[in-house]
Amino acid sequence: MNRYWNEYQKTIADDHYFYERSCIRQTFFPGSETAFLRILREELGKDIFDDFRQHTCTGIGYHADIVPFETTMTVCARLFSLMTEHGYKNYVPSCVTSFGVFTEVLHTWQEHPELLEKTRENLYKATGREFEIPENLVHPSDIIYKFREELAGKMKYRLVNSFTGKPLKVVEHIGCHYAKIFPDKGVGKAEFPYVLAGMIESWGGEVVDYPERRHCCGFGFRQYLIQENRGYSISNTKKKLESMEPYEPDFIVTNCPGCTLFLDRWQYTIAEMEHKTYDKDGYGIPVLTYEEMAGLLLGYNPWELGLQIHQVQADHLLDKIGIEYNINDKYKGVSGTIFRKPEKPTILQV
Amino acid sequence: MKDFGFAIEKPRALDLDKADRNLYVRLLKREPSFARCFQCGMCSATCSARNFTDYNIRRIHTLMRQGQTQELDAMLQKCMLCGKCTLVCPRGVNLRHLIIQMRKLLNNE
Ligand code: SF4
Ligand code: SF4
Repeated sequence: MNRYWNEYQKTIADDHYFYERSCIRQTFFPGSETAFLRILREELGKDIFDDFRQHTCTGIGYHADIVPFETTMTVCARLFSLMTEHGYKNYVPSCVTSFGVFTEVLHTWQEHPELLEKTRENLYKATGREFEIPENLVHPSDIIYKFREELAGKMKYRLVNSFTGKPLKVVEHIGCHYAKIFPDKGVGKAEFPYVLAGMIESWGGEVVDYPERRHCCGFGFRQYLIQENRGYSISNTKKKLESMEPYEPDFIVTNCPGCTLFLDRWQYTIAEMEHKTYDKDGYGIPVLTYEEMAGLLLGYNPWELGLQIHQVQADHLLDKIGIEYNINDKYKGVSGTIFRKPEKPTILQV
Repeated sequence: MKDFGFAIEKPRALDLDKADRNLYVRLLKREPSFARCFQCGMCSATCSARNFTDYNIRRIHTLMRQGQTQELDAMLQKCMLCGKCTLVCPRGVNLRHLIIQMRKLLNNE
């Protein structure tokens, strides 16, 4: 390996992880987290603990300026105390925002030990709990990235267009809080985002290097949380979509729950507001999480992965990869009941 | 068209691939020495109009090259056609003639 590239690597623990779920993903893309746990346990044989007592990291409230940092540190400390209680040392938050928050909290404690002591005291007074600092903090995509070759060997499909035999063109988006706040905590830092690109390349696809690749997805917290500000959010997303459009990407894969949500849902809103879609046929560009991408290639049922609850439907993409699926199961619940089909948007095809 | 209670703003970034450079190309035909300009700014530095107003001839060159011509006519009215810029230009750009031709082109002459 090129010696300079070594500087762009990070330490990713091998096994025994403590998992923390994401508020946004549990609501909008719950299949992804289930798929991640399944990949780790069933495909890679790893030990990962999912505690039912976990809670928010405060990320959204913190970045919206309504939760003070002292509170954030104490809430994060409680999560670490759950990890400590179960004897784990490797912390894996399922969200780029949480990852950014934890990195910031740990860095603050390193620079200001008095704040660590204060947080220990706050947590003890409030809950009677104690905690250890994690030895390794990684994002779930880091783990998938680390074991990407091992997973490639188990995959049923590849990121190849089964009609033309050519690699699929994939846009990747790592999310600002993954490597822009603390660049050395991300694989490839912020300049050479490689955590998702590595997966795409190992699994047969081609990464699209378009001009606005490193631009924000549009979430930006304050840009979205107040309705009047949402113009900032959607304008950002539009800038990205316009920049990638000429490359005709087959799909977008994202690292962060917010990015998945905004790159996906804003395609509907832009279509309604400006009658514009960013693919040739008017279906939009599907947006997948990295777990959904991995799960599909491993042969998991696309409806169990939750692809039907995305705004932009991925049926055409499944056909392109050659994935077998039963269209009648698309809106079938776990109990076997068929749910009502969602209403169709006016412009965006589904 | 649905109203969601917010608007999509146009980005302020310039996309030079999409810029309309028609006027610039026509200007080059009328004053080919403009192609030699390397944006040193000597013309602006010496310009009396620049000294007392926000008029900036080099900025006008840039806007012309980028196809951002909407406000150029009004800006160019501040030039007194004294020709000091032509004297100092190290690349021999015939600035006074260039300015006259810009004014004409912007007024469809
Ligand atoms: S001719 Fe116009 S631009 Fe040139 S120095 Fe004189 S006032 Fe300035
Ligand atoms: S002095 Fe001449 S070369 Fe320099 S910016 Fe003006 S026109 Fe261009």
